[in-house]
Amino acid sequence: MFRNQYDTDVTTWSPAGRLFQVEYAMEAVKQGSAAIGLRSATHIVLATVNKATSELSSHQKKIFKVDDHIGVAIAGLTADGRVLSRYLRNECINHSFVYESPLPISRLVVQLADKAQVCTQRSWKRPYGVGLLVAGLDETGAHLYYNCPSGNYFEFQAFAIGSRSQAAKTYLERRFDNFDKYSREELIKDGLFAIKETLQGEKLTSAICTVAIVGVGETFHIINQQTIEQVIESLDIVEDAQAADAAAESASEEPSAAQEPGAAPMELQ
Amino acid sequence: MEWGAVSSEGKKVSTVLESRSQRTLSPYDGVIMGADMGGSYGSTLRYKSVERIKPIGKQTLLGVSGEISDFQEILHYLDELIIYDHIWDDGNFLGPKELHNYLNRVMYNRRNKSNPLWNSLVYLGMVGMIGTYYEDNHVVTGFGNHLTRPIMRAEWREDLTFEEAVKILEKCLFVLLYRDRSAINKFQIYKITEEGVTISEPYALKTFWGFSAFQNPTKGAEGSW
Repeated sequence: MFRNQYDTDVTTWSPAGRLFQVEYAMEAVKQGSAAIGLRSATHIVLATVNKATSELSSHQKKIFKVDDHIGVAIAGLTADGRVLSRYLRNECINHSFVYESPLPISRLVVQLADKAQVCTQRSWKRPYGVGLLVAGLDETGAHLYYNCPSGNYFEFQAFAIGSRSQAAKTYLERRFDNFDKYSREELIKDGLFAIKETLQGEKLTSAICTVAIVGVGETFHIINQQTIEQVIESLDIVEDAQAADAAAESASEEPSAAQEPGAAPMELQ
Repeated sequence: MEWGAVSSEGKKVSTVLESRSQRTLSPYDGVIMGADMGGSYGSTLRYKSVERIKPIGKQTLLGVSGEISDFQEILHYLDELIIYDHIWDDGNFLGPKELHNYLNRVMYNRRNKSNPLWNSLVYLGMVGMIGTYYEDNHVVTGFGNHLTRPIMRAEWREDLTFEEAVKILEKCLFVLLYRDRSAINKFQIYKITEEGVTISEPYALKTFWGFSAFQNPTKGAEGSW
């Protein structure tokens, strides 16, 4: 999109009926490193790519526990994400204090969306530049929501946000029909696969991603690195076997891009 | 408003009883509550059709003793809460546990401001005017605490049927009728199960006052009354 005379503040409409500042905020989400989420009937997995600004620094925290039964993964302006996580944690804890029961996730995302909407309708504010994948459990089951800077929220079976998320989305789109029946382990595996798609050639290691899970009988927590490393190794074994088959059939495939039949086409840089 | 300065304490009622029965042998699984329908103004029994138990939302019965106007204010708070909950329209709703905690918070807060709601509330558990609360299989307020607790403790079992539970409740209400001067012989029993709430019509228990000691009360002391 190009600069134009209607994009200076968020309370100015364009003649075509667009709020450019809000759209620019959604662009900020696309610049952040990838975050994906997927759910089965009983569990939800969130995974993010850890991007560090330099080799000397550590990566930014993109997954936040909001309550025992809710967690979020963010993409975009991490600072905005942290502030919103604090808001979410506050809402959950207040509800728990007054009602002694967990805040239903469907209500939390509406409150978050309404908070984001306020920033799209005040001339002295700016929209939050962060998209949130909110994963949680309530009495009606497992849910995954996406809250965007525009103040909208949507429920998903699986979703990906951030840079190169389209590759992950394509992968998830092909497989989501079965997610409801997935076991916890299958869900984590597919989550890692989806992250791998966004890496486009870079090697998937447990250092480069963070994976968290919440489910029935399991409070929200980030899965430790060793466990992830083991899952990744099991994926590699599967992959190398398939790569060997593929290489036998056609000589031009790179091993790291070969996956199960119907995989995303190899990226041509 | 300092409660030291309040002249009349408005309408007060004394006891509400509740007992919970659980299903094992019989199909009954729910809670029953009973209360008399009297509202006193000081020592005058002014109102005789006060409904002291109210259904809240889909899942809860709330019974009260103490200041009736404070009860009405509590109902007002709860109304707002239930409506707000309903408006979400998302399949989640506030159950007795949530209401219990909410009321507990409200009572404790008022007490902290030295402006208590002068009530004892009963449903799943009990919440008192200073914000104390507990949960039990049978819960009681006012004089019932002293007179009927022993009866309930002796007779309550896990697998009561509705009829048996009502019998125990009636026994307790009986004792209170005889011994609590602010009770009247007009009761309602409320029952809540999965299907919902049923409220009985007001009815009276058969009392017996024909003791020989009552025949000529001044026999031993002529001239007194």
